[in-house]
Amino acid sequence: MDMNNHRTPLHRHHKDGHHRHPHSQSHPRGGFDNAPRESGTREIQVVRRVLDANDVIAEQNRTLFADKGVFVLNVMSSPGSGKTTTLEQTLGEILPEIRCAVIVGDICTTNDADRLSASGTPVIQINTDEFGGDCHLAAHVIGNALGGLDLETLDLLIVENVGNLVCPAEFDIGEDSRVVVLSVTEGEDKPLKYPLMFRECETALLNKIDLLPYLDFDKDLAVRNIRQVHPEMPVFEISAKTMEGFTPWLEWLKGKVAAKTGR
Amino acid sequence: MHEMGIALQIIEIATESIPAEHVGARVERVYLEVGKLAAVVPESLRFCFGIASEKTPLDGAELVIEEIPVIARCRDCNHQWTIEQAAFSCIACNGGNIELLSGRELDIRSIEITDEDAPHGHE
Repeated sequence: MDMNNHRTPLHRHHKDGHHRHPHSQSHPRGGFDNAPRESGTREIQVVRRVLDANDVIAEQNRTLFADKGVFVLNVMSSPGSGKTTTLEQTLGEILPEIRCAVIVGDICTTNDADRLSASGTPVIQINTDEFGGDCHLAAHVIGNALGGLDLETLDLLIVENVGNLVCPAEFDIGEDSRVVVLSVTEGEDKPLKYPLMFRECETALLNKIDLLPYLDFDKDLAVRNIRQVHPEMPVFEISAKTMEGFTPWLEWLKGKVAAKTGR
Repeated sequence: MHEMGIALQIIEIATESIPAEHVGARVERVYLEVGKLAAVVPESLRFCFGIASEKTPLDGAELVIEEIPVIARCRDCNHQWTIEQAAFSCIACNGGNIELLSGRELDIRSIEITDEDAPHGHE
């Protein structure tokens, strides 16, 4: 899958960005020879990913998760799609065979953590307002949160990201897989409006299907739109309220965890 | 929505990239490559950059943003094309096994700094 392409560090030669002989000979804009310009300026080649710092920490997280044999799932969606209920129900089905912990990101409140803790699962709540009200969880925030978890005793770490279909897609946190939750109370065209999110995720959950009889939502069109953006993407149609459709989703998740942990 | 964080990263990287022999130089321009698929709104980024760069060596610097098209290649039939709309199946064989050659960039290409040694440097 090409969803991981961007994680390859494009340009890791941080420190040598300003030596006198640039790597590339073919910059279309020219002027990368660091020679003075007539305008009284000098162009310095940099060639770095802006999110380099995040990617470096994400790789550290990924290495740690690999060492500890923990499968990490990054769950993303718009606000109100039913992430927390889906996770509550999922935990209820896979505990205690799969040893889980959850990191929950919200701008404010511990409501989600309080709900998820009821399952007995270790839950770490991150309120991003302490970090400037961020609209996503960055790799260093996850890295810091790991201090509160005993990774040795875990098979699955679920990260419930901040509700937002834009920004979280841009930030690698070191996860193994990303899943997007889309609910039928949102528009069918969400995948077309937020293609990056649907490209970056490996799997989609189409939630609240118990509401379909009461809505004008065209489920087939929604699935077609998802596949237009991400052909061959697995789409699990579920209701976190009635548990309809949960079996294939749980089988998928258990398979992923088993493949990573060997258990 | 995270453009402020990105602006701060740009300022940090650009400041680090000023060569030691030009320490104290002001950054006049930052050349940025932003893929069309990147979750960044250029106008919003410029706005945040203007605020965040105050009292830094980038104060007043211009953010030159080059938007990079989304170019895809089909792994099955090897066809290569530019994606204009959110449709990621091969336009030749309709297959879904494609890779993106560009469009996810969020890279600083270069910076332009003031240079007192330049032949016609202005004041």
